[in-house]
Amino acid sequence: MDIYAEEIISHYEHPHNKGRLDSSSASFHELNPLCGDEITIYLKIEKGAVADVKFDGEGCAISIGSASMLTDELKGMKISDIEKMGVKNVVELLGIDPGPARLKCATLSLKATQKALQTYQKDAKK
Amino acid sequence: MSVMALDVEKIRKDFPILDIKMNGKPLVYLDSAATSQKPKKVIAAISKFYKRYNANIHRGVYQISVKATEEYEKSKKKVASFINSESFEEIVYTRNTTESINVVALGWGEQNIRKGDHILISEMEHHSNIIPWQILAKKKGAVLDYIKVDRKTAHLDEASIEDQLAKSPKLVSIAQCSNVLGTINDVKRIAGQAHKMGALVLADAAQSVPHMPVDVRDLDVDFFAFSGHKMLGPTGIGVLYAKRILLEQMPPVFGGGDMIRSVDFLDFTPNELPWKFEAGTSNIEGGIGLGVAIDYLKKYRMADIRKHETEITKYALERLGNANINVFGPDIKDTDSRTGVISFEVPGVHPHDVAAILDSEGVAIRAGHHCAMPLVVNVLGKTAVSRMSFYLYNNQNDIDVAIGALDKVRDKFRHSRG
Ligand SMILES: Cc1ncc(COP(=O)(O)O)c(C=O)c1O
Repeated sequence: MDIYAEEIISHYEHPHNKGRLDSSSASFHELNPLCGDEITIYLKIEKGAVADVKFDGEGCAISIGSASMLTDELKGMKISDIEKMGVKNVVELLGIDPGPARLKCATLSLKATQKALQTYQKDAKK
Repeated sequence: MSVMALDVEKIRKDFPILDIKMNGKPLVYLDSAATSQKPKKVIAAISKFYKRYNANIHRGVYQISVKATEEYEKSKKKVASFINSESFEEIVYTRNTTESINVVALGWGEQNIRKGDHILISEMEHHSNIIPWQILAKKKGAVLDYIKVDRKTAHLDEASIEDQLAKSPKLVSIAQCSNVLGTINDVKRIAGQAHKMGALVLADAAQSVPHMPVDVRDLDVDFFAFSGHKMLGPTGIGVLYAKRILLEQMPPVFGGGDMIRSVDFLDFTPNELPWKFEAGTSNIEGGIGLGVAIDYLKKYRMADIRKHETEITKYALERLGNANINVFGPDIKDTDSRTGVISFEVPGVHPHDVAAILDSEGVAIRAGHHCAMPLVVNVLGKTAVSRMSFYLYNNQNDIDVAIGALDKVRDKFRHSRG
């Protein structure tokens, strides 16, 4: 199966939601030390849901393409629903199965998002 | 192209893996700098050891143990003669290049490096020739210095060599060939300069010993490290060569069986060279396999292997140049100081994607920082690069298939460009 679906490449070359959010409620920088891909997710959270989201970073078509598609999806989503997301949701979102060698790339932005939410929740409890 | 120095088609038949398919396409293996493929003879020798004379060495009086000991020790003699060391007593087996360098850091370094001492490496080193020195320098309060890489020529910067040597380092440790740039460093000349300043010299030979004739006495290096798995041998066997006097002065690094002559409740007397540095049961199959790998390389002569790889490299550089692919490392006119390692980038496409698309065409290349982050990130200014690397079994067709696959990469990423 060709993991380089046109949609992913189009997102890679013209990513949505790329950049920083100055007034973010949470952010997290995630690194794939194996290949040097890195993504920072910025979330603006209002009433337990994502009001806005942006990402910044550098990486391959799979990691950048999936970050672009994921951030589209995240807008308006409830925190509790995002926390439940996993590999299956990413595969559905991308419309391709990245396979074991590229799974880390495909899930990099979801991981960053979930870690950003963890720190957000921890801070909220203080 | 000129007449081939090697009968590559005959050689290819000796490597069973070249018959497999990857993603339904014939395997084109262009990642020998990471690890080489293995000829039938090496695979058979390992299998024969286990089937016919598997026994521990240096302890049995029975026949198969004697045979295993003989074969294992014979392999050390082959290694010694392959790099022109004076004796097998200067050949210490380790797991790989990395362990060899660490043994020097832990043995010689521990004994000789003091607070404020300088250790000199270069900007083009593999992590295995950086981290052991960072650890040692931190522990001892020593200073780790770097010879600069000339950004234009991809060679070590002459002025920087002089400047750094003026600090009178205790040790100069550099790669004979870079695993990213392909640059061949003039170790002999640098060793001469370094010795004049009172430094000892270690050459990381992981990418040189497999691909060209080497002579440790001519190079006049004090330590020399390389890996069996990159030179047709099995994984888990590596070599540390050191001048005899240094091995005599160095304390053992690992303690246990086989490295001692006698032990009492308080103390021990170390074994003679080279066993003093090999604690515990050795990688017997590894040593035997490495010996057979050396026989194979010798049959085809290292000078001819080098010549073949230079021709293939020139051809690949030409094709890559015509395809407008950015290549790192020494210029195409400078192939005399370049090994069969080519790092490159397809503009606008991440190296990971390049490698993945090539994989779908059956072509195995590497993408990433190649365990040389300071070089790739700080010198080349990239987070990752793609790399193809050659060996005696690669032919022109391999390059043609790779170039064809690179065209596919371009096509895929051209779609949405508009
Ligand atoms: C120049 C260089 N040094 C050291 C090493 C480390 O070799 P090993 O992983 O076998 O210890 C490599 C292998 O990648 C290398 O290319």
